[in-house]
Amino acid sequence: MAETRRRAGGAGRSAVLIPYGWLVLFFLLPFLIVLKISLSATAIAQPPYTPVFDPSAGLAALKEFLADLSFDNYAQLIADRLYLFSYLRSLEIAAVSTVILLVLGYPVAYGMARVARRWQGLLLVLVILPFWTSFLIRIYAWVTILQHDGLLNQALVALHIVDAPLTWLATDTAIYIGIVYSYFPFMVLPLYAALEKMDESLLEAAANLGCPRWKTFWLVTLPLSRPGIVAGVLLCFIPIVGEFVAPDLLGGSSRQMIGQTLWTEFFANRDWPAASGVAAVLLLLLVVPIVIYQHQQARELEGA
Amino acid sequence: MADEVEIRQETDRGGAKLGFAPWADPAARPLVRFDAVTKRFGETRAVDALSLDIFPGEFFALLGPSGCGKSTLLRLLAGFEAPSEGRVLLDGTAIDAVPPHRRPVNMMFQNYALFPHLTVEGNVAFGLKQEGRPRAEIAARVAEMLALVKLAPLARRKPHELSGGQRQRVALARSLVKRPRVLLLDEPLAALDKQLRGETQFELMELQARLGTTFVIVTHDQEEAMTVAHRMGVMDRGRIVQVGTPAEVYEQPNSRYVASFVGDVNLIEGRLAAVGPSGLLIDSTVGAKLATNQRVEADVGATVWVTLRPEKLRVATAPPAANENCVSGHVAEIAYLGNVSLYKVRLDNGFMMKAQLPNLTRVVERPIGTNERVWLSWTPDAGVVLTG
Ligand SMILES: Nc1ncnc2c1ncn2[C@@H]1O[C@H](COP(=O)(O)OP(=O)(O)OP(=O)(O)O)[C@@H](O)[C@H]1O
Ligand SMILES: [Mg+2]
Repeated sequence: MAETRRRAGGAGRSAVLIPYGWLVLFFLLPFLIVLKISLSATAIAQPPYTPVFDPSAGLAALKEFLADLSFDNYAQLIADRLYLFSYLRSLEIAAVSTVILLVLGYPVAYGMARVARRWQGLLLVLVILPFWTSFLIRIYAWVTILQHDGLLNQALVALHIVDAPLTWLATDTAIYIGIVYSYFPFMVLPLYAALEKMDESLLEAAANLGCPRWKTFWLVTLPLSRPGIVAGVLLCFIPIVGEFVAPDLLGGSSRQMIGQTLWTEFFANRDWPAASGVAAVLLLLLVVPIVIYQHQQARELEGA
Repeated sequence: MADEVEIRQETDRGGAKLGFAPWADPAARPLVRFDAVTKRFGETRAVDALSLDIFPGEFFALLGPSGCGKSTLLRLLAGFEAPSEGRVLLDGTAIDAVPPHRRPVNMMFQNYALFPHLTVEGNVAFGLKQEGRPRAEIAARVAEMLALVKLAPLARRKPHELSGGQRQRVALARSLVKRPRVLLLDEPLAALDKQLRGETQFELMELQARLGTTFVIVTHDQEEAMTVAHRMGVMDRGRIVQVGTPAEVYEQPNSRYVASFVGDVNLIEGRLAAVGPSGLLIDSTVGAKLATNQRVEADVGATVWVTLRPEKLRVATAPPAANENCVSGHVAEIAYLGNVSLYKVRLDNGFMMKAQLPNLTRVVERPIGTNERVWLSWTPDAGVVLTG
């Protein structure tokens, strides 16, 4: 008995190692490399920064290497308001898009979870269907829809809703359309998963206890779908903050999102250290709240 | 609360003998009336032209096999289903137009349906909050209800931190705290082990007697129905086939279906041979002539069935004096059940009869062993003659 438990414990431990190993290999290590580059200075060289870490050069070289690292890039990030504005704009677009996604996605997920079971599979496929074409192609498709003589304007004029074509491209509206469209499945799927497993008899119990339907939604359905809401919001908000394609192809050039700033630093200016600094700050900005949230969730579960 | 609760003295459920028998009083007004109610799901008739009256303060049990429409009947009363035909009346008024959340009927669900995101307290308070009661009153009534079901120390727990029995109590408290006119219980004890189920049955009876609330309980455990209920209704495929006190249903079943569903029974087929002033004489398929002191709506020559409960048979190792109401065979099997022993006797023509004897002493060796020849006999008032 004790034997089997110990073996199960061993198996459990090695099973846990797999995700951690994955994280170390594909997240922590690359992040450390980026962090290191962000502490370097630009150079006209290959790679385009110094110092370069050379493990074979011995201890003295290592000391010199460490001495050469500096926080100059981070000082620059703070000094130049451009970066701050980019971060704020990214957060704003991500926040607004996520709210729109939640407001649009919730009724869709709710409806999917409530229709007869034989329709649910079909609806799921329909939600996932856009993934079968490339993300880039879908955003380009939006360009053709939103351009001056595009489908949207043609339709609006034909239906006499507007007299002359409107400007869609290069506006924030276009960015929101592109982002909301692209991330829709990421919001709907976790919400659907949470709503679908909810016990129907809970709604009957609420009605039985004198709760009208609309109120049952606020008192029972919504709180019980909270894990789905949290997952959907995180799944959308985090990548949208770093979104590049939609703002670049659909948005205007006046105010950049942080992903665009990063792209400019990296490809246009070939300033790898500055780009790495931008990336490292972005990551901290996103990871810290998530970790705090998770910590709280875990505590709540234990405390309960 | 104490002064609102009318303490009813009689808690005996055996029959109408203790005075509480509104169903026998033509002037009594039923609290719940199903008036020729039919509920169809596609082709299935889950409830089929069913009429039933339930009286204020009654503890009514619905008994029947799985799928016979018990839950549907409760759901019709709670308003989760609308009748396809007929009406449901509460206190003499049709309530078909009243939505579920406005009905003064609370239900304890088969799976409890506790809100997982609320504490025990939150679950019990939920219904009172919907009524918009003042905070202080809600707190007081919740505390009182939790004390009643002995859950006060667990008030802050979430449902997933409770045992099955504790969850069942929360569900009960939650459905009672609103002081409903009718409490519906859908197999409330099905998830409990036998011991706990027995205890809870008595607690339910006590609670019902103290509160005076009308309880309608659904169960497919006939012992449970007989234990708790004033009256029980036996259902078969959407219809109520017999309604009566447990004693009436057990001792006077009106059909072979009821006789064999409620309790253990020997069913003997026969032909009505003679109708005399003191009873009937029946030629049975087990060889013996059966005499009963019953009357029956049938002509001589008609096929009838005699039901005999196993505990009403005498088992003897020598032939009794009379040769009516007596059959003979060999003991095929003996089941020792602790308080009683069940004898399965194979008659000479192969028919199996069950007889039950109380174990009066602790002697393990039985006076009658397997394969021994025995005579089973009974008095003329032991059997019930049925025509269907
Ligand atoms: N929503 C529904 N749709 C279709 N058929 C249903 C529905 N609800 C119940 N039925 C059918 O109606 C009949 C009665 O069901 P009901 O749930 O009332 O049975 P029950 O007596 O409560 O059974 P159990 O003891 O198993 O709970 C069954 O044949 C069932 O299949
Ligand atoms: Mg049922």
